[in-house]
Amino acid sequence: MPPGAVRALCLGAALAVLAALPWWMANPYYVNIASQILFWAVFALALNVLVGYAGLTSLGHAGLFGMAGYTAGLMLAAGAGHAAAIVAALLATLATTAIFALLALRATGIGFLMITLALGQILWGIAYRWASLTNGDNGVKLADRPAPLGLHLSSPDAFYLATFAVFLLCLASMRLFVRSPFGASVRGTRDQPRRMRTLGYNVWLVRFLAFLFSGFWTGVAGLLFVYYNQFISPQVVALQTSAEVLLMVISGGVGTLFGPVAGAAIVVVMKNVASAYVERWNMVLGIIFVLIIVFMPEGLVPGAARLVRRGYRGLRAGSGPAAAEAAASPGTAGR
Amino acid sequence: MSALVLEDLCKSFGGLRVTRNVNLVVAPGERRLIIGPNGAGKTTLFNQITGDIRSNSGTIRLFGRDITRIPARQRAHLGMARTFQIITLFPRDTLIRNVMLALLGLSPLRWNPFADLDRRRDLRERALAALARVGLDRLAERALSETSYGERRRVEIAMALAQEPKVLLLDEPLAGLSLEERREMSTLLAALPRDVTVVMIEHDMDVALEFADRITVLHFGEVIVEGTRAEVVADARTREVYLGA
Repeated sequence: MPPGAVRALCLGAALAVLAALPWWMANPYYVNIASQILFWAVFALALNVLVGYAGLTSLGHAGLFGMAGYTAGLMLAAGAGHAAAIVAALLATLATTAIFALLALRATGIGFLMITLALGQILWGIAYRWASLTNGDNGVKLADRPAPLGLHLSSPDAFYLATFAVFLLCLASMRLFVRSPFGASVRGTRDQPRRMRTLGYNVWLVRFLAFLFSGFWTGVAGLLFVYYNQFISPQVVALQTSAEVLLMVISGGVGTLFGPVAGAAIVVVMKNVASAYVERWNMVLGIIFVLIIVFMPEGLVPGAARLVRRGYRGLRAGSGPAAAEAAASPGTAGR
Repeated sequence: MSALVLEDLCKSFGGLRVTRNVNLVVAPGERRLIIGPNGAGKTTLFNQITGDIRSNSGTIRLFGRDITRIPARQRAHLGMARTFQIITLFPRDTLIRNVMLALLGLSPLRWNPFADLDRRRDLRERALAALARVGLDRLAERALSETSYGERRRVEIAMALAQEPKVLLLDEPLAGLSLEERREMSTLLAALPRDVTVVMIEHDMDVALEFADRITVLHFGEVIVEGTRAEVVADARTREVYLGA
């Protein structure tokens, strides 16, 4: 079987297992954790558009994430329906993203990072201090989850399935983006902006559109988050969230399709599972990140793929670790 | 109508006047060589022509059209292409992908987020044809990072040619090449069709002098000599500043 077919088969199997999760996972606690992984993965995939493909590292995405959550929460509190709240939240997030992009795209590199950081903190300040609008530190409660197509999402299983559907859509749109000419344009502006300009590309506009694409899925993730928790507070909008998502992207594999998903899984699992056994779970998470950076600086998914390739070559060259080592060494020498 | 006209073009970096009142008229189909010692302002002049840097004063005309205020990306759409003295390519991509990016640059397809780039056979074939013109079609699927320096120089040319420019600006296309690679490159340059106007900066006099119809000598940002090959080589000022006699 060609390697492409093997990969497609493995991916299909993994997605089928995930889709069937409510049927083989009896404990609703773990179903909820799976939902969390999926919407954090959507957030990480969104950030990866900028960090991985456009080469622009943002530390302000929590602001966009919170913008979607707060808009939906406040709209619902004001008596709007779910459809109106969702549409308004996405539009508000896109508009905020456009403002972020207009201001931040005056720079790249550290400058871009600092401007997005500042913009994100402004939104955090609004969420925290403008109490008459946002209810300040007490946050906003949501009375209810929506019921698309007559299916009420109040149960963990139903919410999981809805989140999984959105996650699949996000993954599909990322795959489409990566393989498209526009995706190639975005990567080109990351690698050689000057050359891209001479080739006739509007580098600024390419980056702006990439930012909007990233902002859209960040908004979607924010909506899933706020419906999952039925609550949002300024803490979500804080720098810590932006940094955490950035860590998901970097540890999983920058500029890869599945890296951010793996990164999201690690962080959410550590937060929820390890914290039950280890009091200082943050330290465990830190150690894991350090290990990833030391042994797989390119990230977990590309790093694991490298190891698998090496093992595969070893298997074909003959059995035994000595043969595997011999088969792997020319590959490593060529790097 | 002239292909490229520069009128009193100036550029200063702080107090340093890098190009001073440069005037240049290049006819359609002409091969123009620009020479001058290091620091004469040749590459700055190129960057002004392509719009990479904005001129302080003066005018640039491309086939009669004033392009002085037009940004670099639009100059590409008007038929201007360049290569870089310091190789500026996409190291993570294959050769064919590099050339496809050049083709996409002039195509509305570059905004399309839905198409599958690998399945655009028309684009692939045109990219392959451009690589064939520089003799690299065999290596089309090789990663750029696995090619030699000389091959990368040719990829630079292939990307410029793929855009089918009317005016082609070559910034030291022979720099760093071996003797044999130089020979190949000069054959390649000699084979360029005459409907392309070529302006070239080059230090390799053997190849460059043979290639050029007319030569401009730049010194401290000023044009000091201009004329045919014989005129420029015979001129005492050329010898003084450049040929070092």
